[in-house]
Amino acid sequence: MSKQRNSIWTFFASVKLALFILFILAAASIIGTILPQGETAGAYNQFFMNQLGVTGNSANILTTITFQLDLDTMYQSWWFRGLILLLSLNLIVCTIERLPDVWRLVVLDNLDTKLDRITTMRNRRGYTTTLAVKESCSAISAKLKGLGWQTSERERDNGTLLFAQKAPWSRLGVYVVHASILIIFAGAMIGSIWGEKGGVNIPETMTTDKIYQFGSGTPIDLGFTVKCNWFHLTKYANGAPKEYQSELVIIDNGEEILTKTIEVNGPLKYKGWTFYQSSYQSHQKFIITVVNSNTKTKEQFLAPPQQAVRWKEEDILFGIQELVPTPIPGNYKYKLLLADGKGGQNFYLLDDNQQVTINQADGSKYTFHIKEFFSTGLQVSKDPGVWTVYIGCTLMLIGLWVAFFIFHKRMWILVRREDDTTHIFLAATTNKNKAGFETEFDTISNGVADINKIEAQ
Amino acid sequence: MESTPLLSLSTFGYLFASCVYMAAFLFKSKKAGLAGTTLTALTFLLQTVALGMRWYESYQIGAGHAPLTNMYESLVFFSWSIASFYLFMEFKFKNRNLGAFAMPFAFIAMAFASSGWVDQNINPLIPALQSNWLIAHVVTCFIGYAAFAVACGIAVMYLIKNRSPKSDGLLATLPEMKVIDDIIHKCMVYGFLWLTAGIITGAIWANSAWGTYWSWDPKETWSLITWFFYAAILHARFTRGWHGSRIAWLAIGGFLCVIFTYYGVNYLLSGLHSYGGS
Ligand code: HEM
Repeated sequence: MSKQRNSIWTFFASVKLALFILFILAAASIIGTILPQGETAGAYNQFFMNQLGVTGNSANILTTITFQLDLDTMYQSWWFRGLILLLSLNLIVCTIERLPDVWRLVVLDNLDTKLDRITTMRNRRGYTTTLAVKESCSAISAKLKGLGWQTSERERDNGTLLFAQKAPWSRLGVYVVHASILIIFAGAMIGSIWGEKGGVNIPETMTTDKIYQFGSGTPIDLGFTVKCNWFHLTKYANGAPKEYQSELVIIDNGEEILTKTIEVNGPLKYKGWTFYQSSYQSHQKFIITVVNSNTKTKEQFLAPPQQAVRWKEEDILFGIQELVPTPIPGNYKYKLLLADGKGGQNFYLLDDNQQVTINQADGSKYTFHIKEFFSTGLQVSKDPGVWTVYIGCTLMLIGLWVAFFIFHKRMWILVRREDDTTHIFLAATTNKNKAGFETEFDTISNGVADINKIEAQ
Repeated sequence: MESTPLLSLSTFGYLFASCVYMAAFLFKSKKAGLAGTTLTALTFLLQTVALGMRWYESYQIGAGHAPLTNMYESLVFFSWSIASFYLFMEFKFKNRNLGAFAMPFAFIAMAFASSGWVDQNINPLIPALQSNWLIAHVVTCFIGYAAFAVACGIAVMYLIKNRSPKSDGLLATLPEMKVIDDIIHKCMVYGFLWLTAGIITGAIWANSAWGTYWSWDPKETWSLITWFFYAAILHARFTRGWHGSRIAWLAIGGFLCVIFTYYGVNYLLSGLHSYGGS
């Protein structure tokens, strides 16, 4: 039994498995980039017939396979998640297996190292000097400290052993990378369990307290109300949208809590929900705001072009008689027609989102403001896992940096007095970048030789 | 636009530099090697100035944005990154023969950009692209791609030398096998770090524009495939001791993934997906 458990354990601890999973994940991921995701059976039939040139029957079979294996939503499928779970298990077991050894290396008492290990290291040099043991030790130690090495020393084997090292903790960099992968997975899981993604269209001046889940369209209660005061679209000279913005108001418990203008790349956040400006819809209607400048009475009307609107209380009749094209495709000036009840008619040309004040013969004065009527399209999401994912990403970058560019360097210096001369022996290793370290070792050992006025053996 | 002819000129600069590097390698000429470096550096400066001008011109036509937003601009930046990464490598490893294998990539990217298949106009940006994260994303990705391109070039060099590693003819001027192997690895490590940063900045950007940091679209997925591929190579080398021609072939395979992520996804898969979206 225990042997069997051992073999399962070894299986999960092996880097071979890791290589295998990484290649399989890479290969499997390709499927979903070729096969459209989230389509209907009919669409898949069409797809197979068009792309593979197969008959309707074969296309049917392929479509059945697609659904059987969840290839239509493969990144959410049980088997893809299974692969990710396997990778996580692999990482965890591998870490449990190796981290203790690595930790031991980080905190190792290197002054205890066997001398015959030191004397066979690839980077090594010997010197002699007339200085006393104590003097040369403190000179070497000072020199290395100046170069950023941590030093320690101990009396051993009829001499003094000096040990110096740099960045022992850098050995943990790889484990930070591995942990960061698990943290990112955890963040993604939090998001998929407790997160919501949906969208809603709010016509200008209207409110909503619901959004609609992507895919299913199920309404989700926000628990507060969002109002769209206005939506505004600006265009480039060629008519392509340049920026779109909406002013949103959050109303919670009947109180206006906050007002913010959002734009693409500039969302609004409230109570864990984030509102992104994602689209818009024009209704081919116009909001006409009219103010009686004398009495300050104000009224808003919604009208399509070429339709007269009556403001009964004020007894005026008005409308957009014509949309006059501008050089920017899709933008118009409005030809406003105003008729007082007594047969007088006036025309005014005004730009979108502009106002004009009209004095009538009878002394009454009206201010008109016309604006195209839009609905703002919002994507709304709640993802409590995002910060976990971001923390994981940051850790990953830091960990990669450490794993790739910071090395654990160790140096042993044995100083012994024999026959009235002091013998100094220097040896060093590093865990990575061995070629680069040879040069560094040469420089350091030359420096050590210089300060002690030591002669090379 | 005055920057476009300058950028086209840099195409020839890199072509010329590649040829001179190649001549330096074939005829074992130190002088030609120096000329190659000088040409590369000058062309790089020219290209930098031209990129700056294009940036400025974009403001003049009212579409102001960093020149990193369409296929043309990204190809130019790719070529620029390869040249700068290569110059850094040459300085670090003190071997000009790397140029014969790395600089052709800078030329090919520029040649493709200037070929007429790619729209060279400065286009106004749709709202989703107006983000500083876009700049961070493109810059990090392309530094990574450049490192992978150089790794691929040097892998080719390794495989050529591998056919007669001990010869004292032409190939003797190339670095030792062990050194080439180490350079390939270092390029991939460097590229992996930047690709990771590229994927992360892309995710942050997507989250700030759409509220989803990952949506498994083909481009994202292919960048992840590439990432898995290089992660596997690093593990094979670090923990299983793979090296030499195996790693060289993998470096070439990795770069094919990069090319597919960068270019193939747009032109091969978009056809399917425009269908998928309709
Ligand atoms: C996508 C997932 C992974 C990434 C990004 C990753 C990243 C890394 C990196 C950057 C290194 C350092 C390599 C070097 O210095 O050249 C490394 C080493 C290593 N990885 Fe992974 N890794 C992943 C998955 C795994 C898995 C699933 C295992 C499970 C066995 C694993 C086991 C190891 C081991 C044993 C080392 C060597 C550590 C040492 O002895 O210092 N890795 N990994």
